[in-house]
Amino acid sequence: MTALLAALVVAVLLVFVMWVLSGPFRARGTGGEPADSDARRALESAKQAKYAEIRDNETDYGTGKLSDEDFRAVDRQLRAEAVEILRAIDELEPQISAPTD
Amino acid sequence: MAIVGRIALAIALVVALYGIAAALYGAHRGRRDWVDSGRRSIYCLAAILTVAIAILEIAFIRNDFAYNTVANTSSTTTPLLYRVAAMWSSQEGSLLLWVWLLSIWASVATFITRNRLRDIVPYATSVLLGFGAFFSMLLVFFDSPFAQTHPAPVEGAGLDPLLRNPSMLIHPPMLYSGYTFFTIPFAFAVGALIVRRVDADWIRVTRRFALASWLFLGIGVILGARWAYYELGWGGYWGWDPVENAALMPWLISTAFLHSVMIQEKRGMLKIWNASLVLGASTLAIVGTFLVRSGVLNSIHAFGASTLGIPFVILIATMVGGSVYLVVSRREVLRSEHTLDSLLSREAAFLMNNIVLVGLCFVVFWGTFFPLISKAVTGTSASVGPPWFDRYTAPLALVLVLLAGIGPVIAWRRATLANARRNFAVPLAAAGLMAIAAFTVVPIGSSIGAVALFCAAVFVFASVAQEFWRGWRVRRATSSESPPVALVSMVRRNRRRYGGYIVHVGIAVLFIGVAASASFQHEQELNLRVGQSVRVGAFTMKYVRATGSVVNDPNHTGATMTLGAVVRVSRDGHYVTTLRPSAGYFPASPILPGQVVADLISGDAVDQIGLHSTWRRDLWASIKPLGTTIPTLGIPVPEAALVTTADKLIPPNLPSVDQLGLAYAKLLPAIVKHYVKYPPPASFTLIASPLVMWIWIGGLIVFLGGLTAIWPSPSALRSRVRARYLARVAQELGRA
Repeated sequence: MTALLAALVVAVLLVFVMWVLSGPFRARGTGGEPADSDARRALESAKQAKYAEIRDNETDYGTGKLSDEDFRAVDRQLRAEAVEILRAIDELEPQISAPTD
Repeated sequence: MAIVGRIALAIALVVALYGIAAALYGAHRGRRDWVDSGRRSIYCLAAILTVAIAILEIAFIRNDFAYNTVANTSSTTTPLLYRVAAMWSSQEGSLLLWVWLLSIWASVATFITRNRLRDIVPYATSVLLGFGAFFSMLLVFFDSPFAQTHPAPVEGAGLDPLLRNPSMLIHPPMLYSGYTFFTIPFAFAVGALIVRRVDADWIRVTRRFALASWLFLGIGVILGARWAYYELGWGGYWGWDPVENAALMPWLISTAFLHSVMIQEKRGMLKIWNASLVLGASTLAIVGTFLVRSGVLNSIHAFGASTLGIPFVILIATMVGGSVYLVVSRREVLRSEHTLDSLLSREAAFLMNNIVLVGLCFVVFWGTFFPLISKAVTGTSASVGPPWFDRYTAPLALVLVLLAGIGPVIAWRRATLANARRNFAVPLAAAGLMAIAAFTVVPIGSSIGAVALFCAAVFVFASVAQEFWRGWRVRRATSSESPPVALVSMVRRNRRRYGGYIVHVGIAVLFIGVAASASFQHEQELNLRVGQSVRVGAFTMKYVRATGSVVNDPNHTGATMTLGAVVRVSRDGHYVTTLRPSAGYFPASPILPGQVVADLISGDAVDQIGLHSTWRRDLWASIKPLGTTIPTLGIPVPEAALVTTADKLIPPNLPSVDQLGLAYAKLLPAIVKHYVKYPPPASFTLIASPLVMWIWIGGLIVFLGGLTAIWPSPSALRSRVRARYLARVAQELGRA
């Protein structure tokens, strides 16, 4: 009885493994996001990080760690960098939404 | 079911190897399906290892002593919770736990990144599966947890008495989670270096795993220290044991990484440094795992000499060699995008913090491996003790605490002297007041080191309080929120910053406890007779009477006899508390016929300390009732009478376990009765130590700060959900 149960567990385990590992081959061509989404996610992530940096700079200024002059200089620079990221995202958008056929 | 366990481990090994090949083939050929299949291997690995671990745990719960692991580390008298935990008290069980945790965290990481970092993920998958394959290989070929003996023994040896502590349930899994979490940043760092994509994206994705590793390792280390303090009976919480150090080293490096990685995220700087820290921390995590299992260094934690040393050395050599090669060969792409704007900036403070942390790690590494280094150089193994570690780590820790106060009040990129003066005024004034108080009001000026650390800690409290106050004021000015809501939303909006500040406070609190207890502790180690007293600092501790009890053990194993003392503590004649230290005796295994009493006494004795803990001080006592000598007088403890009395009760030869059990039933009460009636001088360790509780409180604050920092902010969650929908819309529009 135990041997039978053991054989059954091993069989189930093997079937499960084969089924999971072969999934991407069975679903070939139907799943997954476009490759460009990876670049877009990276840019989105960079955008969020830049926004966080701008907010950090504002917090530093608000808590008296930066002079007016330094704050404005750093803020200007950070916003310029954020604009560059937004521009790169905009450049990527049409490629993602373009028809495939 | 052991055969299922064995087959499951073999399948795990094959799946891991397949996953490595599939992911690398997919990356090489640009085949997403192969990469996905490789990634799914990690999920399969997690599922298979869950089955394996379930089989083993069921064996422990059912007391199936046919499994060698169960027979060696558990018994029918071991309580259920300890039976569950007994799995990781064995080498093979702990390896299984290690690889299982690795597979779980790796599954989470690869699931999160299934549509991100597509160029890096295949290599990261391969590295993670490489670790999985390595540990599965150890379990299949070297040390199987499913090895069996037939016929099965009727009873197991039981869990080591020292491990019968609630910490056993949490401490090892915490440490292993810490070790295994760090393999994820390591794997992604390797992937990023291989494909030469060294921007901050992989760091953002894996940062939480690095933070989780840091948090779990930290909790593990603190729990270990607390366990030692409550269980080991030597009166300390940190003994610079190699295995303690093994967990501390990756924690120090990951602390450095969590700081310096912010500079890379914000400024694109320190890429080589950060890559080296990630690779180094992960390698140190494996070194820690190796130390426990190789038997190369003496440690109370070690599993003893084993055959696993060579495979681990090969793994570590591969990690070190591969890491060095990757960093050196990618040095061009790892070049910094910016330079340091000012030495008066948060970046500079973080750099200093990194140097100190790495310096601390180097000191700990050197001290830990000194026995091996000295043996290699001189042929003789020499070791360094706690005073050596203290001499070098104390000044570095002081600088570290100071930096924990400097970092929060200094701006990124650049800070002017005028701003710095304004921001440092309050913290410096607070530290100055502390210094004055130390030499006048509070009489602690005798220890300059401790005073300096207290001042540094007060500096941290003041600087963090100032940051909270100013941030809260800004929040109040820009919103219509009530004061408490403004405070909460300020933290929620920037969990990482304020979580980090809370951690700094926790570290400062913890070091106050360490400095106070190390500098102002009073300790007496001596033998006392009933009625004798001794002064321990401001306290008088009196040995009032002996105590003893027998725990009934019908199955004849793990029988315990507890001998102890009642110690009355007073101060200036006023009663303070009563301490009840004791020692639990477990028979040596195997018991030899004719030597029952000797073996009972020479077996494992577990200290059960007497402790009175308050926020001001701990009064701590441990006792060794038998088998000692009086160090001051050189007189052996008169246990002979005790032994003679007990031996009269048992036959000279004990042919069977049952007779042994019957003998115990007579013997133990006789010993206890005799001990309580005619107590010999007992050996005591008596300690009065200030502020120890603050070490644990500091650890708790660090934990809360870490949780605050690791918790995703609501806006991040929302934007992640929105990003998923945006991607879906774009994809479906593309298909239309």
